[in-house]
Amino acid sequence: MNRKYELVYVVSPDATDDQVTELQTQVEGIVQRLEGQIEKTDNWGRRKLAYEIGHHKEGTYVLHVINGSGELMKEIDRRLKVFDLVIRHLVVRVDEDERIVERRKSIRTEASRRRRVARGLPPDRQPGEGQKELDDDDQDDRFDAVEDVR
Amino acid sequence: MNGRRGGSGGGSSSSSGGGRGGGRAGAQGAQAGKDGQRRPMFRRRKVCRFCAEKIDDINYKDSKLLMSFVPERAKIVPRRISGTCALHQRKLRTAIMRARQLALIPYTAE
Repeated sequence: MNRKYELVYVVSPDATDDQVTELQTQVEGIVQRLEGQIEKTDNWGRRKLAYEIGHHKEGTYVLHVINGSGELMKEIDRRLKVFDLVIRHLVVRVDEDERIVERRKSIRTEASRRRRVARGLPPDRQPGEGQKELDDDDQDDRFDAVEDVR
Repeated sequence: MNGRRGGSGGGSSSSSGGGRGGGRAGAQGAQAGKDGQRRPMFRRRKVCRFCAEKIDDINYKDSKLLMSFVPERAKIVPRRISGTCALHQRKLRTAIMRARQLALIPYTAE
């Protein structure tokens, strides 16, 4: 069962760059051992934390996109809990959401193409064409008179 | 601005509630009758930002976007203020919760 997960962890600011790369290789090791693949690794670098975590004000963020089983993520989760250097981590399953987003996008382009064809236009927007596509809501001008200044 | 909104808020919010439930024509009638005597409504129609801008996935990593729904006090802006639709508010909420866990967004103001 292959699923797609995103793993983000925050490494303590005391860690050296070597330690961060070592952590990354450790994660990669676990992924390989349990027959997953790492699709992407992204080091966001040092960022300020929105709140203090155990007296730390900054942290190094690392993102992995991993294809693998639930067992694999469970194992990674357990390991990351043990490392003292990792002050926060988060595992999120993303494949289902991505599929939904994909579908919604395709439905939207499909619908707009159909509407354009129905109006006798070529299905794709031509260069130089402005914002002509109207939403249903734009027909309704009851409240459009004055802009609310916030 | 706020004061006026508060003053007319009772009537308009209840009528907009009716409008959402499908009684659009009725809501419009009520509004028109009210506006006939007073000055026109100085309230912009709230539109869900994610629907309007066609933002499909609300991602917890996009802290800039999320921060616009988490004002100073760090509480999530309610739907009735931001105008976000139910679906997107729900997604927004999970995204904010996740971002909070990673300290991308505060839980509270300091």
